[in-house]
Amino acid sequence: MNTKEILETINMIDNEDLDVRTITMGISLLDCIDPDINRACDKIYDKICRYAGELVKTGEDISREYGIPIVNKRISVTPIAMVSGACQSASPIHFAKTLDRAAKTVGVNFIGGYSALVHKGFGPGDYALIESIPDALAETEFVCSSVNIGTTKAGINMDAVKKMGQVIRKTAELTADRECIGAAKLVVFCNAPEDNPFMAGAFHGPGEPDCVINVGVSGPGVVRAAIKKSGQDKSLDEIAELIKKTAFKITRTGQLVAQEASRRLCVPFGILDLSLAPTPAVGDSVAYILEGMGLEQCGAHGTTAALALLNDAVKKGGVMASSHVGGLSGAFIPITEDAGMIEAARSGALTLAKLEAMTAVCSVGLDMIAVPGDTSAEILSGIIADEAAIGMVNSKTTAVRIIPAIGKNPGDELNFGGLLGSGPIMDINRKSPAEFIRRGGRIPAPLQSLKN
Amino acid sequence: MKAVITVIGKDMVGILAKVSGMCADKSANVLEVTQSILQDMFVMVMMVDITNCTVKFADLADELAALGDSLGLKIHCMHEDIFNSMHRI
Repeated sequence: MNTKEILETINMIDNEDLDVRTITMGISLLDCIDPDINRACDKIYDKICRYAGELVKTGEDISREYGIPIVNKRISVTPIAMVSGACQSASPIHFAKTLDRAAKTVGVNFIGGYSALVHKGFGPGDYALIESIPDALAETEFVCSSVNIGTTKAGINMDAVKKMGQVIRKTAELTADRECIGAAKLVVFCNAPEDNPFMAGAFHGPGEPDCVINVGVSGPGVVRAAIKKSGQDKSLDEIAELIKKTAFKITRTGQLVAQEASRRLCVPFGILDLSLAPTPAVGDSVAYILEGMGLEQCGAHGTTAALALLNDAVKKGGVMASSHVGGLSGAFIPITEDAGMIEAARSGALTLAKLEAMTAVCSVGLDMIAVPGDTSAEILSGIIADEAAIGMVNSKTTAVRIIPAIGKNPGDELNFGGLLGSGPIMDINRKSPAEFIRRGGRIPAPLQSLKN
Repeated sequence: MKAVITVIGKDMVGILAKVSGMCADKSANVLEVTQSILQDMFVMVMMVDITNCTVKFADLADELAALGDSLGLKIHCMHEDIFNSMHRI
């Protein structure tokens, strides 16, 4: 019994916000496809309730026995467009309502997969589903939606990019009375992972097994505290080593929880997502880690380099701690969910342009960013296209989760509450990309896609 | 199956007795105890065997936490695997 190690673990949980962010059960709905939408919805509801009935209780039991908070229990399902394509005469919104009902019954706090994969073009069901997203997100509470509009292999579907600009705007408009929260539950991806456990972008990819447990770890507060304790004199190699060691410890906790959840639920373990996912809690911030490395404030010149170091060290430390690594794996840089990012955006140190550069070296993309309410659909599409290009060329996931704050201007604030947090409206470049977006078509896959 | 109970807080009379009393009450066998007092702060780490525990492990953890709350102490009772997996390769 090593008292020092035991107290270190307790301190991480009590004072440094160490937690397992999510246990996400992925459930395939491919066997629920039916041309009769009512029958399809019944099958979906029954399957989700049957498979995930014990998910929340199991998560809570593990949390109590191991003493580690497991913040979220969630479900991801097969992209609904693949299911709804069989019953095109009816609106896919019935599926959203069914997912919402099932989520409520089993007690999870989000269900992801109201999704379409359209990186190379629209398949049956895809367009109708995308059209229905604004209503689906306005009329449901727990459903999250995502659309993959590009991959390194396929290029970027610019028709989908154009459409998604309009969809994001409409989603925000329909939930304007609720801080535009609909747009916070909608992610536009390039290179979307099929096994991501984190919301709002989780879905259960077509290559996944019938049912699987994926776990997302967290722990920015622990990394920050380790850097702070190490003092001012450590070189960046030493900082990288320190982050690796800390990430290893965090990830091992997640691996233990993942194995235990898999065993108790009799569901295979899929992957562990090695992510530093911040929360609005003071201290649990990725921005503070970067500042801990010596930046006056996140957004200063040097931020991208610091983030690159952090992202790489998290992966190197975590990868040995888990048998299967997947999902997004890296550092998240959402604005409204990270106290340090919120402060940096408020003070003007962190701009949208800097964030875009940071997304080239972090694990996701432009995440939880509120922009002025009068931002046009074309500008939103331009932002999506830029992010997708970064993802496509660098063979990495990029995502856009951006919230046009209807009726608000730069300097105002949006407040979602809970894990989604709050944040200032960030200013955008208002020059119009409309003519570029209007052209549509497909941006060809880059040369680096030809690896065979 | 083993669990680690940690008690952290202001020192007072009878902490060890109360915690080990609750363990005995639930048939959790105390295997090892270390304790120290640093500037009035009491830190105790206790390894217990919970194989024959008469209540569910999670309930024991909750009851110990509640005992801690009533005494103004932080009491954690956690499965030993969390420490092994975090600190051992």
